[in-house]
Amino acid sequence: MSLDWNALGEVFAVSVGVTVGVVVVFALGVLGIAQVETAREQDGGTHALGFAQAGLCFLACAAVVAYGIYLIVPQFH
Amino acid sequence: MDHITFLVAVVIVTALAFDFTNGFHDTANAMATSIATGALKPKTAVLISGALNIVGAFLSTEVAKTISGGIVDDTLVTPGMIFAGLVGAILWNLLTWLLGLPSSSSHALFGGLIGAVWVGAGSNGVHFDKVVEKILIPAVASPLVAGIAALLATYLAYKITARARKESVTKGFRLGQIASASLVSLAHGTNDAQKTMGVITLTLISVGALGHDAGPPVWVIASAGLAIGLGTYIGGWRIIRTMGKGLTDIQSPQGFAAEAASTTVILTSAHLGFALSTTQVCSGGILGAGLGRRLAEVRWGTAGRMVIAWLVTLPAAAAVGGLSATVVKHGGNLGTALIALIAAAVAGFIVIASRRNPVHADNVNETHEVTIRGGASTDVRTAA
Repeated sequence: MSLDWNALGEVFAVSVGVTVGVVVVFALGVLGIAQVETAREQDGGTHALGFAQAGLCFLACAAVVAYGIYLIVPQFH
Repeated sequence: MDHITFLVAVVIVTALAFDFTNGFHDTANAMATSIATGALKPKTAVLISGALNIVGAFLSTEVAKTISGGIVDDTLVTPGMIFAGLVGAILWNLLTWLLGLPSSSSHALFGGLIGAVWVGAGSNGVHFDKVVEKILIPAVASPLVAGIAALLATYLAYKITARARKESVTKGFRLGQIASASLVSLAHGTNDAQKTMGVITLTLISVGALGHDAGPPVWVIASAGLAIGLGTYIGGWRIIRTMGKGLTDIQSPQGFAAEAASTTVILTSAHLGFALSTTQVCSGGILGAGLGRRLAEVRWGTAGRMVIAWLVTLPAAAAVGGLSATVVKHGGNLGTALIALIAAAVAGFIVIASRRNPVHADNVNETHEVTIRGGASTDVRTAA
């Protein structure tokens, strides 16, 4: 029996990379929402940059989730 | 239906019973952190998880072609051995549930089969090199990978949102958790319901009730999906408490990071052909998320007991499986009925023991400990 270090390394690299990527992007999206809500609370204004940031980040996360569903459901392959 | 002998009928019922324990043992994997952080109400969480498990069971077309994935010699396996192996797996699942320990249902099934085949067909029926390759190495590697991924992700998530409004951050990550937890449930349904369908289908093929290359009949898919979905819905609250509260105090960014790490590890490994335990991946992710937040308390005592349960799962299920196989081998139908009765009695005893200090949807988040004695005076309600 030989240990397939390459496959193991691949699982490690992809898992850590994707997890950190998704969570960082999602955190940036949450940060954007937080800025929008802070602005609304303080002076009733809007925070266009925060809004755009949140929109883009959550869209990116939704794409990753869609790809995840694609991987799970065999009918899509 | 004259192919369906007494033994085959018993195997089918036992396989569905295992599927049910598999469901409630593993609810925690997907939903424990969402319940702990308040992302989902406990009852809502188990309902979503149960429904997605049923959906997952119907979605997957690729039913397990082997009972064990090569860990035992499938040509030597008889329905009697499958029955004995399932009994070992069910009893171990129930005992670890009583103790609130998240252990692997797959390892319990493999362990039970290994014990039964060893007794029934000799040690050459067990492929020990495959046991190392398919069970031991993923068992060590997968929780580590999920743990490291969750640790880094948690650290960065707190770093990025450090100065943002706290309520917005908590709410945002809670919403994210609903999506990540649902993905874990769906992946679980496509994987774990398969195993039971595979066991039932291969049993039917071995007695000639189905053609050699037949897929599972609709009633097998439906009953396996319903058994695992119902088990998930009933909810293994004792294990949910340990995973959501016992290992560490989870906040919503940590829960999101842990679930994202678990989903990614499960999907990448499945894509590359690694078999792994969902339970161990999710536990690793939760511990990593605990280490990634400063000041979060990780309860190493609970984590240590969980790891001991992981180590004991396979040999313990194998011992029960082997013992049952001995009785079935020498006792025929009478022996099978005897083992089924004893197993049902032990299962009943474990359920009664759990009632002394029940954990249910209403008290799951109250403390971080699952005890069998002593708590009855503070909580006199019976399990919902």
